[in-house]
Order: sequence, then structure tokens, then C-alpha cells
Amino acid sequence: MSRLLLGVLAALLVVLVVASGSPAATPPHRIVSLSPTATETLFAIGAGKQVIAVDDQSDYPKQAPHTSLSSFNPNVEAIAGYRPDLVVVYYDPNGLTGTLRKLGIRVLVQDAPKNFNGVYAQMLALGRVTGHLAEATRLVASMKSRIGALVSKGAPRARGLTVYHELGPDLYSATSSTFIGRVYSLFGLKNIADAADAGGTGYPKLSPEYVVSESPDIVVLADIRCCAQTARTVAARPGWSRVAAVRTGTIVRIDDSIASRWGPRIVQFVRAVAAALAHLRT
Amino acid sequence: MTPRLWILAASLFLVVSLVVGALVGPVHIGLADAVQSAVARIPFLHVRSPLSPTDDAILWDIRVPRVVVGALVGAMLATAGASYQGVFRNPLADPYLLGVAAGAGLGATLAVVYLRGVDFQNTLPPAAFAGGAVAVVAAYAIGRSAGAGPGGATLVLAGVTVAAFFTAVQTFVQQQHSDTIQEVYSWILGRLPSSGWRDVIILLPYAAVAITGILLHRRLLDVLSVGDEEAASLGVHVGHVRLAVVVCATVGTAAAVAVSGLIGFVGIIVPHAIRLVAGPSYRLLLPLSVLVGAGFLVLADVIARTALSPAELPIGVVTAFFGAPFFAIVLRTSRRMASS
Repeated sequence: MSRLLLGVLAALLVVLVVASGSPAATPPHRIVSLSPTATETLFAIGAGKQVIAVDDQSDYPKQAPHTSLSSFNPNVEAIAGYRPDLVVVYYDPNGLTGTLRKLGIRVLVQDAPKNFNGVYAQMLALGRVTGHLAEATRLVASMKSRIGALVSKGAPRARGLTVYHELGPDLYSATSSTFIGRVYSLFGLKNIADAADAGGTGYPKLSPEYVVSESPDIVVLADIRCCAQTARTVAARPGWSRVAAVRTGTIVRIDDSIASRWGPRIVQFVRAVAAALAHLRT
Repeated sequence: MTPRLWILAASLFLVVSLVVGALVGPVHIGLADAVQSAVARIPFLHVRSPLSPTDDAILWDIRVPRVVVGALVGAMLATAGASYQGVFRNPLADPYLLGVAAGAGLGATLAVVYLRGVDFQNTLPPAAFAGGAVAVVAAYAIGRSAGAGPGGATLVLAGVTVAAFFTAVQTFVQQQHSDTIQEVYSWILGRLPSSGWRDVIILLPYAAVAITGILLHRRLLDVLSVGDEEAASLGVHVGHVRLAVVVCATVGTAAAVAVSGLIGFVGIIVPHAIRLVAGPSYRLLLPLSVLVGAGFLVLADVIARTALSPAELPIGVVTAFFGAPFFAIVLRTSRRMASS
């Protein structure tokens, strides 16, 4: 009985070794994306057909093969069950990538970049790995030109203005050292969260007194889906009626997931900021 | 020191804490300006506030209500902790003993997860309160069905059981909705809200009724401390006293948790620090817990607001980080004084 079991195990091992030994030269066609950002990029560069499963947070684009796989608390067996030849993750909990690699599965880790160069580099890397380098190069070029046009028009309007980016009604914000903050740096806006990041996390929790006293010219709400924040709820907060952005109505509402992913839709985020600047200076 | 002197000293501590709380923050507001702007708030005096409208709003709409909420939460947690330690004759009892925290945590998580798209600043407090109440009622029902143990030990065990179960459910729901982690986590670490006077109005009636109810039982808690049978032989209905005090402490704690999240340690260190310096009598311990608990949490929040200014620290981190060493010092010096 035990010999039979041993035999089966040995056979499985052989299958595994053979499967993992398959040449890496052919582009992967069973991709599992556990990163909502990578999911968006994969579909934008024409690699969508090669994707067989995306995690439960990947809600865009609609035609992505949505599953209940969790990127936050990943189940290695469930992932391996899709027999993927490439897994893309944005962070590596509990030694996930090590375990997957031990199973012979190729893993690409693409965590939140610090700036736009990092954003583009990840897109090109995805293109290279999936055999869509040309499309990825075109996507990056188009993003650069669209963002460049928006910034060259908006930057002169941004002179001397301050911005507050809200991740949650508890006043968690993002500093210039995050890719979110880099959107504001592009325009030359002063980010009020920068003064509050002694810990260097990039995502400090601001004191309400501080936000009100800084009176930012632009308030960007990236907590409209999670927490139903609107211009009205912001104006109703104690003391906030005196904030410059509330008085001028310069409150930008941007879908939480667009403003927290470093994918192709970051252009929409840049456009929303440019529109707010146009609103302020006309 | 006589009891009256202790009360006086504790009141002074609270007043100083409140003043420090109102004056210290990321935005500098001087004492004279603050006093004058307070006088300006009195109608018919025609005094003009020297503060800019923004600073005036920061002081009166953000900072002062937060200080008041801090005082109410601190008073409530310290008093509830002291009375739990009394009715269960267990020095480790804290206000979260019977599952309030776990139940409220589940309620808060459900509100954040399933009422997505609703401003959860409005839905979280009632959901947390309901969850806390359900957990304690469940603990009480289980404890009762198992029969009364000495010193309410069965009830304590039932509370631990219920807390474990509710925490498991809360963690499960949380894992299924990892995108809401930040909102729930922020509440679990404890934070005094900055939603103005609304939270004061929500919390005040609960805290007032609960603290009054507990204070009315302070003599009976002294009798209870000699033991259930001895107390019964003195004509005290032990079960009734225990139930009344537990109901008051629990309802008050649930309300405090609903607005401020899970602020740990206050319910343990404040009553014990008072016991160590002023003695164990509940007649003195309970009113002192009200005053010192309020002052302690207000000061803890000053640190939470200013240590990383203009960023904020979760207040639960402050109460444990500064509370634990402080308590260790009180423990050492008082034992040394007692032995010398």
C-alpha cells in the first residue's frame, strides 16, 4: 500500500518536473493576476486572452476572468489549481512567491512604484514577459504624451496651490513619495501631507486641525466608493466650511480604485486634477 | 490624605488635563486668545474673538469637542473597569471582559463591509453598539444557563467564550473583504473622533446614566469585596447588585467603544493606579476613577495629536505605551512604601 503511494508520489513529481521544465521562451498563456493594477495593464496591452484568472479585487476591465482568489490572504493550492505558467502579484505575503516558484510557476512581483518611471517600467516588463512588448511600448508612449499634454496645460495654473489627497475619512493621505503623490508633483502642486510623514510610510494619518488650518486649495476624494464621501459630507465636517477648496468648490471625486492603482487609468486621475485646476483658474 | 483631599486633587488633575487638551495641538492657539474667544462665545457681552475664523473653528468645532469626548470615554472606561474588578473580584477584569469589544468589533466590521457606499461615520457607531450589546447578552445567557459560579466566574468564562467566537466571525468577514481592512483597523486601534459635538451628544446620556448608576452602588461594591456569602449574610442581594453594576458598565462601555473604537488599558491601569495610592475602598475608588480616567485619556489624546504632528497616532497605542511604564512605576513605589 505504502509502496503504491510512494509510486504515485514519484509519478506526480516527474509530471511536476516535466511541467516546470517546459521552455520559458514561449509566452505564458495561463496567467493568474493577483494584482488589480497588473490585470488592467495586461488587458490594455492585448495580453487579456492569456489571462485565465484574476483576484477578487480586480474589478476592471469587465471581461477579465474574475474569481474569488484572494491576493490579500492567498491560498497557494487554489492558485496552483489553475495550473498557471505566470502569476503576477503586488506583494508577497507568507512567502507566497517562494512556494509558487518551488512548484515551478513563474512569478512576477510588481509592488507599488515610487514614481512614473516605475509605473512605465512595470508595464514594459509585463509586455516583455507576455510577448506584447510592442503594445506595451505603444501604451507607455501614449500615456506619456497624454499626461505630458495635461501637465503642460495645468502646471502654470497650479503655481502656489496646495492639495490634500484623501484615502479615507479618517484623514489618511498620500505624500509625494508615493506614485499617487507624484501626480501632484507633476503639476507642481504642494502636497500638505508631506509635512506629516515623519515615519516615512508615505501614507500618514493627518490631524483634522492641521488640514483645516492648511486650508488646501484642492481636495481630492479617493474615498467615494468605500466611504461615500462627497463635497457635501466634506463641507459638513466640523471646521471644514472654512477650507479654501470647500469655498471654491474645488473638490475632486475620483474612483477609489483608479486613484490607488498604477495602471493605464492613471491618465484619468491626471485628467481629473487638470480639470480641477482649470475650474480654479477660470 | 482624606477622601475629600483625594477628590480635590483628582479634580484638579482633570481640570489641568482639560486645559492642556484645549490648548495643545498641531495648530498653536495661545491661552489668552483661547480664553478671550471663550468669553466671546457668551452672548450679550459683545467681546470679539481674537482668533481668525479658521482658528476659532479649529478650537471650538474640532478640538474642544474631541477633548470632551476623550474625557467621557476615559471616565467611562476607567469606571467600568473598576466596577468589573469589583463585582467579579478579579484584578484582571477590564471593561471588555464580557465580550463588548469583540461584539462591537463585529458590528463595526459588518457596517463597514456591508453598508459600503454609505458614509460609515454614521452607521458604524450604532452597529458597534448593537454588536457589543448582543455579545454581552449572549455571554450573560450562556453564563446563566451554566449556573452561577463563585464571584461570577461562570459569567467571566462565558464572556471569554463569546469574545473568542465573535472575534473569529469578525476576522472571517474581514478576510473576505480585505479592501475594507484600513477602515476597520483604524477603528480597532482606537481613535477619538473629530466629528464635532455630535459624538458628545451621542455619548453623554449613556455615560451620565451609566456612571451615576455605578456610583450609586459604590458602598455595596465594598460589601461585595468581602465575598458573596459574607455579603449575602449582611443582607445584600449579591445577584441583583452584580447585574445592575454590570448592565451600567456594559451599556456605558458599548457607547464609548461605539464612538472611539477599542482603546485598551485605561480600564485596568487607572483603577489599579488609584488603588495603589489611595486604597481599595470603592467609595473613593469609583469617583476617583471617573476623574482620573477622564484626565488620563485627554492627556493620552494630546500625545496622540502632537507626538507626530501634523500626523496622528492611534490613541490605543499611546494609552498602552505610556500607561504600562507609568503603571510599573506606581506598582514599584507603592509596594516599596508598603514594605518599608
